Amino acid sequence: MRTATRGPATPPAATRSPSGGDPAAAGTATPGTAAPDTPAQDTATRDTASAGAGNADGTDPRPMGRHLLSAADLSLDEATLVLDTAEELARVSQAATVKKLPTLRGRTVVNLFFEDSTRTRTSFELAAKRLSADVINFSAKGSSVSKGETLKDTALTLEAMGSDAVVCRHSWSGAPANLARWVRGSVVNAGDGTHEHPTQALLDAYTMRQRLGRVEGLKVTIVGDVLHSRVARSNVLLLHTLGADVTLVAPPTLLPVGVGAWPAAVSYDLDAVLPTSDVVMMLRVQRERMGPAGERGTAYFPSAREYARRYGLDVRRAQALPDRAVVMHPGPMVRGMEISPEVADGVRSTIQEQVANGVSVRMAVLYLLLGGAQPAIGSVPSEPGRRGLS
Amino acid sequence: MSAWLLRDVRPYGEDAVDVRLVDGRIAELGRDLPTGDSRVLDGASGVLLPGLVDLHTHLREPGREDAETVETGTRAAALGGFTAVHAMANTDPVADTAGVVEQVWRLGRDAGHCDVAPVGAVTIGLAGETMAELGTMADSAARVRVFSDDGRCVSDAGLMRRALEYVKAFDGVVAQHAQEPRLTVGAQMNEGVVSSMLGLTGWPAVAEEAVIARDCLLAAHVGSRLHVCHVSTAGSVELVRWAKSKGWDVTVEVTPHHLLLTDDLATTYDPVFKVNPPLRTAADVEALRAGLADGTIDCVATDHAPHALEDKEAEWGAALPGMTGLETALGVVVETMVAPGRLTWRQVAQRLSAAPARIGRLDEGPSPQGRPLAVGEPANVVLVDPAASWTVDPRQSASRSRNTPFAGRTLPSRVVATFLRGRPTVLDSAIVETAHAGPGRA
Repeated sequence: MRTATRGPATPPAATRSPSGGDPAAAGTATPGTAAPDTPAQDTATRDTASAGAGNADGTDPRPMGRHLLSAADLSLDEATLVLDTAEELARVSQAATVKKLPTLRGRTVVNLFFEDSTRTRTSFELAAKRLSADVINFSAKGSSVSKGETLKDTALTLEAMGSDAVVCRHSWSGAPANLARWVRGSVVNAGDGTHEHPTQALLDAYTMRQRLGRVEGLKVTIVGDVLHSRVARSNVLLLHTLGADVTLVAPPTLLPVGVGAWPAAVSYDLDAVLPTSDVVMMLRVQRERMGPAGERGTAYFPSAREYARRYGLDVRRAQALPDRAVVMHPGPMVRGMEISPEVADGVRSTIQEQVANGVSVRMAVLYLLLGGAQPAIGSVPSEPGRRGLS
Repeated sequence: MSAWLLRDVRPYGEDAVDVRLVDGRIAELGRDLPTGDSRVLDGASGVLLPGLVDLHTHLREPGREDAETVETGTRAAALGGFTAVHAMANTDPVADTAGVVEQVWRLGRDAGHCDVAPVGAVTIGLAGETMAELGTMADSAARVRVFSDDGRCVSDAGLMRRALEYVKAFDGVVAQHAQEPRLTVGAQMNEGVVSSMLGLTGWPAVAEEAVIARDCLLAAHVGSRLHVCHVSTAGSVELVRWAKSKGWDVTVEVTPHHLLLTDDLATTYDPVFKVNPPLRTAADVEALRAGLADGTIDCVATDHAPHALEDKEAEWGAALPGMTGLETALGVVVETMVAPGRLTWRQVAQRLSAAPARIGRLDEGPSPQGRPLAVGEPANVVLVDPAASWTVDPRQSASRSRNTPFAGRTLPSRVVATFLRGRPTVLDSAIVETAHAGPGRA
């Protein structure tokens, strides 16, 4: 097996100190040796191509799995830990004159973006830098195939550079899961095709908690292109874990076959759902989804005008919401189509908070995946003895 | 030519006998036959079947010799117990002329591991627009009888009707890859609960079933026979059952992977499980097994689809669909059908040898395949150890490619020996390297 080629197996405790930054434990992996920084059991899980968390055997001292590929990777306790940690980090950041924390000093985080996404990339970059990690932005626009280099080659390149975490955005569903099989470090899914975008769901849940004090028991209505939305998938899974009641509202063409098995209710009638909604989350609808028929597919609805009329959140509809209800949008918005400018900029809107909260939540995720067992805002960890660039 | 005496073998898994193969034919069947000057193979009470015939193999030559060649693909076939395979037409160049099909046929004859029956493309370049010279391919040395644009559907109803009619002149058959293209734009996996969760574009069952329904009606209307490749859904089985109840000349195949695997394997995003048509649900798998058991499904065909490593070590969406299957086909059929008591060995011989040979018209001519185990018949036989089991290791495959979805699985029964017209191509579960070759290699 491949374990044999990866040098002597190191006990998990030697590399990921469970004891809160004990210098002796952290220093076990000596710089310059070939000792793997990955617990042996992680090597074994890599070949199993598990799309889920990597610590199924429970011996990994980290509070989360090795990767964050899907919102379904998070248990209620883990998700709550992320939100609590984000809250703590946000509080410290706001209180301090210097926003930077030393927590991930010497660690390398790679932003691997195969799709343009300035807002998500910037958010991750800021999060990593506030934790004092070294950040490399590796932009690889276009599919790996058109670029000539395979995803595997890219992964092996990053591996050789000694990255500790790879934040991956890709146009193909599942690409971060593929990546996770080829790198030793953690992989964070920053949006893959029409699959998931788990940190978006976490920041959305964080925002709900901030505005409404809780997530459990909230009635959350998600409106729009559910079929193609990674935001919707991650939100449905996470909100279900956190105990919210989710209703999906969309024209039937923009709901996947099989949605009946999701932990969410489905409605075609926005007006019927709004009066009982605590949260309305509007999803972007892309131009190519609408008529007339495109080259490859068939339009999902007749016109932008009809979509806005039936599913757009305008001022009149927003008035049907309960007083405390909030309006969310993951951005970027199509103003005037799925949401009217008055609503997007109104008092119910959390859109700007979502962006701000994104940084805190991503800090929490990176911290828990990479530094996990040490206090998030505590003392500087001793030199971790990284190989590679650091 | 030397004679072989197969001692203590059980034809169709029934009573043990000795079988003597002389001059390419089965010369004797009986108890305690004298050895004479025959070489002896101790069958150890193994099951003797007619050599298996695959209606659906991708040998990739010409064009993608990095993924498979006729030589490597037919080695895998022989190891899987096959004595004949149909080589699909989607090569590069496409097998849409007599020149290409004769080339593939000669490569098979020269390799000598099993017979290679080229499939001709229905349309030029598989483009689905203009009928290829089907009659010329039929009249060529390759004697093409099966025509298919496999990989693509002949979706134009008018063209399909003409092709069905035209091949009647030479007793040919159109083997349809049933996939309505407008319903499968960008499709990546079975459309259902799993695809909805994974965010992979769905390949709905109706895209297969709608074409099968249409083609059955067309075949009935023009009085032609129709073969449907790799049926994968419960609905397809129902439609075929209905068409057969009308007495229409419709035959269908199922692949081993559709008999065993389900779409939830896609949750790994490992493209080794990407295939077209896609893996379906457990209910579909059960319907396919029932259909194969009751004869609604005529035969098992591998759809052996080797791919180079770089075409599989990719993102799911970028990876090519297809799985290797020649070496694992019998094991999967035993696991899913024989072990649970849903097929007898005699029925296995029907589904994996006689029926596919009949559909491809390989059971006639000077060197027929798929014939029964009887004196005077060609000595195309395979000896199976039904008690053995083996663990699939892609690195051990004779195929040039490694994309088996069964890696790490333990499959029951093992091919011990394969004989092609009395000559062993496989002995002790290993290829027999011979100086033999057909004419052309001297």
